[in-house]
Amino acid sequence: MNIEAVLLWIRGPGLGLALGIFLFGMAIKLLEIFLLGRKKNLAAVRSSGVAAGFRTILSRSLPPDGNILRRPRFTFIFGYAFHIGLFVVMFFLAPHIEVSHALLGLSWPALPTPVVDVFTIISIIAMMALLWHRLTSPLLKYLTTPQDYLVWALTFAPLLSGYMAYHHLLLPYTWLLSIHIGSVELLLILFPFTKLTHAFTLFIARWYTGMMAGQKGVQS
Amino acid sequence: MSHPTLPAIEVPPWETGNVQPLLHEIGHALRELLNNNKETCIDLHALPMAPGEEARLVEALGKGEISVQLRALGKSRIDETKYPGVWLITHFNANEEVVGKFIEITRIPDLIKSQREDIAAGLLNLEDELHEE
Amino acid sequence: MKNDPSLLEVLRQQGVSRRGFLKFCAATASLMALPPGMAPVIAKALEQAHRPSVIWLSFQECTGCTESLTRSHAPTIEGLIFDAISLDYHHTLQAASGSAAEEARMAAMKANKGEYLLVVDGSIPTADPGYSTIAGISNLEMLREVAADAAAIIAVGTCAAFGGLPHAKPNPTGAVAVSDIITDKPIINVSGCPPIPVVITGVLAHFLTFGTLPKLDHLGRPLAFYGNNIHDRCYRRPFYERGQFAESFDDEGAKKGWCLYKLGCKGPVTYNACATTKWNNGTSFPIESGHGCLGCSEPNFWDLGGFYNALSEPSVNTGNAAAFGLVAGAAVGAASGIMARKEKDNTSHAHQKVTVNDLKRGESQ
Repeated sequence: MNIEAVLLWIRGPGLGLALGIFLFGMAIKLLEIFLLGRKKNLAAVRSSGVAAGFRTILSRSLPPDGNILRRPRFTFIFGYAFHIGLFVVMFFLAPHIEVSHALLGLSWPALPTPVVDVFTIISIIAMMALLWHRLTSPLLKYLTTPQDYLVWALTFAPLLSGYMAYHHLLLPYTWLLSIHIGSVELLLILFPFTKLTHAFTLFIARWYTGMMAGQKGVQS
Repeated sequence: MSHPTLPAIEVPPWETGNVQPLLHEIGHALRELLNNNKETCIDLHALPMAPGEEARLVEALGKGEISVQLRALGKSRIDETKYPGVWLITHFNANEEVVGKFIEITRIPDLIKSQREDIAAGLLNLEDELHEE
Repeated sequence: MKNDPSLLEVLRQQGVSRRGFLKFCAATASLMALPPGMAPVIAKALEQAHRPSVIWLSFQECTGCTESLTRSHAPTIEGLIFDAISLDYHHTLQAASGSAAEEARMAAMKANKGEYLLVVDGSIPTADPGYSTIAGISNLEMLREVAADAAAIIAVGTCAAFGGLPHAKPNPTGAVAVSDIITDKPIINVSGCPPIPVVITGVLAHFLTFGTLPKLDHLGRPLAFYGNNIHDRCYRRPFYERGQFAESFDDEGAKKGWCLYKLGCKGPVTYNACATTKWNNGTSFPIESGHGCLGCSEPNFWDLGGFYNALSEPSVNTGNAAAFGLVAGAAVGAASGIMARKEKDNTSHAHQKVTVNDLKRGESQ
């Protein structure tokens, strides 16, 4: 078994397996949430709350009153830096768009690679800062479970290996590409069964909160 | 699938940046030849060169006083550059394709000197000629 | 064989002077990617070298490798190296045919026992020996027989080195590489479809000069030629760096010579000398002609997921696995969700309201 064969497996059957498990797990997770339903609202509603739900998704993503100082500064700044960076890298690197094109038939313009590169570095630095914060803050340390370290590593591995693959660092490209795609597959497989599902549930939770708030009160 | 195209970025011609260091290496070898009589040979094909870089190197070395053309297994050009002691040697095969390109730092490339075996063979031929007369 | 003329004598007979020989040695050193200081060493070794016997076996192949090697239009340095060996068996090139050809092979094997070089092109079928036979002998049998007393084996072309086209899915003939069958001999893989001619002759020259095989990579390929990545040596690399890709073979990007990654170029995972040595007398190489690299010197290059699909795309259709996962997940999720809902309803039915009287009763006790 040489690395060329490993890469072939990872790009083919391995990817199929990972995608299958990911969709399997996410379908369970989301259906469980949706089928559970909400408590019946007996009061007359002010509005349907649908628009308010979407507003809340947006407003909760912005600093309260435009002042980031009102949130824990460190987590806020690095948390945002990491998530924005990850978003750009995932969706605007040309080879990643090719994956979407092959799987879903969807494609969109890519960003120039040096721009994506900058976001990758931002993400990597932010993730390391967040880990350091987690390890040094007594409060965070108290709240941290082993799963938090696992999901950190699962997210960090594709970022770092992708960066190394692009810049041909340390190992031959064939190796780095195998590690990179393999680490993404591991992320996909464990995604539905860990806190990583927050990437989906976050929006559902915010929408519900906003919807309920929108239904309450008297129509003016 | 058509995309809104990104603004074009001008890509400057690819460069390895090998020309300048190579000239320094030649200078160093020339000093060695002058002080210690040490000869050096550099294989230009062993170095990555971008299109145009080899031409710029050749241009930088210029033309000197001697040009020799060898006819053995295809042609070869042996030129002294404008820096005495620095020779540019290009070997061609019978198809006029370059099969080797070297820079030799020497008083005279060995290839120019008549070779012992060839002299011996030539002498035999000459004696044959004389014998026949 | 002791009475064979040395390589130097062969060259002399062809009217090559000492100067020519020295030039030949310098070019050979360059060809083998050796330092120029090695030229005198090569000269000395070649002066004494005797023509090695070479037996060339062609199995499941297209003769493209032989074509590649013999495509020179006039005598070249490579041609001379080829002249310097004694090609005792090659069923495409030799004049003899039928039993005379087989006799020549047996005679060469006997006379040069343990010293001859075996060159193989083409893969070996294992599903049914009838897929490919020579003189009624199966490829597998002939390879084992000739390899037994060979000094070393050169597997020329991707078919012999890694299985190549016959090995591609679904591999009906059960084709395998030479190294899958012969494990006790030094094997050097000169992969490519076809390999660059100078690589074949470079390896022969190395063997002639040093009597050993050159340094190999993890796939058994000579590092001097397969040490470089096509993508690393590609002149279109700056376009990749800047994210400028041709989207089709006739768009603006293609005309401007942008990177061919999206059009399926496999350069990033391909190791070969194309970008530096080039093809057709040094004219160009595929990327320079506007087509992505197929990765022909790599194992399983036919199955890398389509010649025109980007390297980052899946190499097989993952739709079935994804659909299966989604449907199975939906089924399990629905069942689990309905059960949870039932439990919720049951709990709310079993729920008993606390009245004011209940509370008062509690107080009075």
